[in-house]
Amino acid sequence: MLSAIAGLLLVMLVAPLLPGVAGRTKAILTGRRGPPLLQLYYDLARLFRKGVVYSTTTTWMFRLAPVVLAVSALLAACLIPLDGHAAIVGFAGDVIVFTYLLALGRFVLVLASLDTGSSFEGMGASREVTFASFTEVAFFFALIALSLATDSLSFAGMLGAPLVTAWPSAAPSIVMAAATLFVVLLAETSRVPFDDPATHLELTMIHEVMVLDHGGPDLALILYASALKLTLFASIVISVVVPRGMLNPFLALAVLAAGLLAVGIAIGIVESVMARLRLTRVPQVLVAAGALAAFGVILLLR
Amino acid sequence: MSSFDQVDLSNRRAMPWNAVPRERPDQFRETVAGAVAAGWRIASLFGMPEGAGAGETSIVAILANDVRAQLGAVTTLVGDRYPAISRDCSQAEVFEREIAEQCGVTPEGHPGLTPLRRHPADHIAAARVAPPVSRDEYPFHRIEGDEVHQVAVGPVHAGIIEPGHFRFNAYGERVLSLEIALGYQHRGVERLLETADRTRAVLVAESIAGDTVIGHAGAFCGAIEALARSRKTPRAQSIRGIALELERLANHIGDLGAIAGDVAYAPAAAFFGRMRGECLNLLMTLSGNRYGRGLVRPGGVGFDLPPGMASEMVDRLERLRAELAPVSGLMFRSSSVQARLEGVGVVPREHCERLGFVGPAARACEVVRDVRHDHPYGIFRFVQIPVATAWAGDVFARALVRWLEVQRSIEFICRQARSLPIGDAMVPCGELAPNELAVAMEEGWRGEIVHVVVTDSVGNIRRHKVKDPSFHNWSALATAMTGNQISDFPLCNKSFNLSYAGHDL
Repeated sequence: MLSAIAGLLLVMLVAPLLPGVAGRTKAILTGRRGPPLLQLYYDLARLFRKGVVYSTTTTWMFRLAPVVLAVSALLAACLIPLDGHAAIVGFAGDVIVFTYLLALGRFVLVLASLDTGSSFEGMGASREVTFASFTEVAFFFALIALSLATDSLSFAGMLGAPLVTAWPSAAPSIVMAAATLFVVLLAETSRVPFDDPATHLELTMIHEVMVLDHGGPDLALILYASALKLTLFASIVISVVVPRGMLNPFLALAVLAAGLLAVGIAIGIVESVMARLRLTRVPQVLVAAGALAAFGVILLLR
Repeated sequence: MSSFDQVDLSNRRAMPWNAVPRERPDQFRETVAGAVAAGWRIASLFGMPEGAGAGETSIVAILANDVRAQLGAVTTLVGDRYPAISRDCSQAEVFEREIAEQCGVTPEGHPGLTPLRRHPADHIAAARVAPPVSRDEYPFHRIEGDEVHQVAVGPVHAGIIEPGHFRFNAYGERVLSLEIALGYQHRGVERLLETADRTRAVLVAESIAGDTVIGHAGAFCGAIEALARSRKTPRAQSIRGIALELERLANHIGDLGAIAGDVAYAPAAAFFGRMRGECLNLLMTLSGNRYGRGLVRPGGVGFDLPPGMASEMVDRLERLRAELAPVSGLMFRSSSVQARLEGVGVVPREHCERLGFVGPAARACEVVRDVRHDHPYGIFRFVQIPVATAWAGDVFARALVRWLEVQRSIEFICRQARSLPIGDAMVPCGELAPNELAVAMEEGWRGEIVHVVVTDSVGNIRRHKVKDPSFHNWSALATAMTGNQISDFPLCNKSFNLSYAGHDL
């Protein structure tokens, strides 16, 4: 239990570092110096000290959304066995609760963005929801593959000790699931090739455009929740690729920390070698990712 | 009375104002529309108030025939209204909106007479009263229907760019129509050019569009020198050519980087961005200003290019050429970039010909239109730069044309800098001839720049008409967006990279 709590504190603490690592990798690969690694921490500190301005069009929904989003991300973090053994809360079917906790966060954020009455934000909300419906399918196929491989319905089984024993026999399926999970990570956390976290062009944005009207502590909560979500998905990918069920829980946490760094660098590399997709192509890529995991499922069903 | 195409006029030449064929308004309309139908192009069309009399206005059309390297001119005298040319000639549409606004003359039967820049008439005949204008009202076209919605962008934008308002009628992600309302940058440039003294006017010309300093200053000086019958020294013409191509290099490379940035292709965005700076630094070496201010002056160039500096320039350009090739290979061969640029923002060739678009936007739809080639002037009379074209008319084609032009401009500058003609870089310009009309065209990096200057009976400037390439090409952007994804708008916009200030004057 102690290591589970330590794991939660670890991801809560390093979450804002991950976008910094991705950004720095991208900067180095493109011959620039880039912003400091700790930029997001500075931003959060600055935003938390600021006041907020609310448009008169908005209602209580607009103010509620950032809190619900952050809390749902934190609750979701409690469901992942970060130390490779057990989560703070774990039960059969916790994977579904995890998915819908994140979906709840998205839902309130979409409502808040529609609440502003801005045509930009409405556009962003429509894109976010459309693409989420594809991402969710891909994510679930990856989970089904893991669930079949480990014969388990909870994260503790799917990412814990049973995964270690499943690896030798179900390696192809697990690799396919991991690849799908990485694509889901990129899509869910608005990275290239699905979205461009660096753009200032509101017409092309997906996630960013929904939060244009938020400011101060509200925006800080949203930024923090996005970073945490990125860290959680990265943790899942790491847990699948490097099963840590046999390791000492604290050693497993060290592996997780190293893995997070590696995922940050991997995101930076992806962002430096390709352009983002045309918006109409996004569903195709997500469906392809889902199909990959589905193949993994089929291999396990034979 | 002679016909419009028999006047003795060509690029950077002056002719007596009285020799411009004068026709009745309805004849004038038929002449211009007929010429356009026969393959001529409207290079400029503007109103000029007549001082004496009952508040009449001369409407002047400058027509260009790119195939025959010929210019034509025709004029008419109108009261407060005249039959609109744009009834059967789309090229005249924007020009007539401008005439209506500047001179308070109504083109009757104009298909869409909306305000262009929303400013009070500043070229209205003395005897007439200017019609009232509202800066805040604009009759936007509205498409009705379930789920059809309007998206308003600007005039304040997310990036550090100029102000302009874009109004989309969209169906979900699909753009049904785009309307562009500009005018936020109106400074009254033409009036300033007409009233300022000559040493100051060139500074105004340099400020028409901040990124086209050499282009506009070159066209301005071309018109002034034609009116002054100034001697043109080969050395000055060579240096002007070098500066013009350096400006083209800086902007084209910057645009390639910006296009890469818009599709989130980080490596090309970063490297092109840095190399744009290198070109600006070369202009800085030449003129002491990164945008080339203070270089082009009536009578020549303000700064000579000494041999040491010329060879340094060649070295730096050769280095630049070696650095550019791999980056452009990376960008143009990357499948994810191609997937993003191809088929987006297509300008059909028929539209381009009908509406008379200019510059790389026109050359990207296989229209060979380049002032340096069609109406050669200065150094380009002796050194030909092949016209770069592409055929698809999409964002990829516009990027490709830029890349081809970058290579050819480097080639040109290196050749010129290696063999600069000897002689003066600057000669006195002299007084302007009275009662004449001069036309100067220049191929700026965005496309054709036209300055038309008419002098009065004592050799003062009576009318100075400026046409920036953006004036034509903003409607190309609107054309290109129809039927595209609204999320592709920033990319399309960047592929044209038009000037707001150049349009708004």
